[in-house]
Amino acid sequence: MASPYLENFVVDENELFSIGEAAAQIKAILKMLGIPSDVIRRASIVAYEAEMNLVIHGGGGRMELEVRPERVKISALDAGPGIPDIEKAMMEGFSTASEKIREMGFGAGMGLPNIKRNSDSLELLSEVGKGTTLRAEILVKQEREG
Amino acid sequence: MKLSEIRSLLQADVLVGEEALDTTEVEKGYASDLMSDVLAFASPAVLLLTGLTHVQIFRTAQMLDIPSIVFVRGKTPGEDLLQLARGAKMPILATCMSMFEASGRLYGAGLAACNIPRR
Ligand SMILES: Nc1ncnc2c1ncn2[C@@H]1O[C@H](COP(=O)(O)OP(=O)(O)O)[C@@H](O)[C@H]1O
Ligand SMILES: [Mg+2]
Repeated sequence: MASPYLENFVVDENELFSIGEAAAQIKAILKMLGIPSDVIRRASIVAYEAEMNLVIHGGGGRMELEVRPERVKISALDAGPGIPDIEKAMMEGFSTASEKIREMGFGAGMGLPNIKRNSDSLELLSEVGKGTTLRAEILVKQEREG
Repeated sequence: MKLSEIRSLLQADVLVGEEALDTTEVEKGYASDLMSDVLAFASPAVLLLTGLTHVQIFRTAQMLDIPSIVFVRGKTPGEDLLQLARGAKMPILATCMSMFEASGRLYGAGLAACNIPRR
């Protein structure tokens, strides 16, 4: 893996029952690249929660995967309504999800805290009326042999 | 704990993966209808017990490497979910027991709980 591995995914807002297709592809790519399983697990959770937010809050958008030997970077970008108060959005339990989403068992306001817990660095930029960009990095701690 | 043992403890029907019951093992159980919490708290190699049956339950489980799902309270998923589970070779069980009874039986038989971090 000399140069970074890059991939883009389009996430459609009308795909309520296929949320996770981009995340599943990200997971498969990380497996294919031989990334350690604990990193794959954390990256999968980050990608899935980010994809979920793209669909249920952001009106759809796209995701980016960038893999380097030392880290995995997952981004989710949308041109949706944006987040008025990011600090509040990061709090466990805060959610503006619809009743429909809650009936599906999602929308309990655990996503952003879960993304934060599973990543080594998290950047969340948002402008009301313009959109939201989330970037999360997960470090690959190289296992030393001998 | 092997899925074959879980099947008999819960008197469960096997909807997918009959042939894999003796070779699939779970270390822990997590019972919830709140997928937000499953994503936050379920550890690897966990058995998921839930009463929700839509396709997104399967996708959540697959993302977390959950080896198997037990549907409780006599709820059964649709063919769309079962087809995805067959494709992924994920055994699917269904029991008429409540989530409380199913969890209690498994916990009593030695299936461990997930650790919920203090927040
Ligand atoms: N991409 C986004 N666009 C607009 N709002 C968002 C976005 N992502 C998150 N939010 C806001 O942040 C809140 C908290 O998000 P999260 O922690 O993932 O919980 P949940 O998705 O369960 O509501 C959301 O309810 C929503 O108000
Ligand atoms: Mg969310």
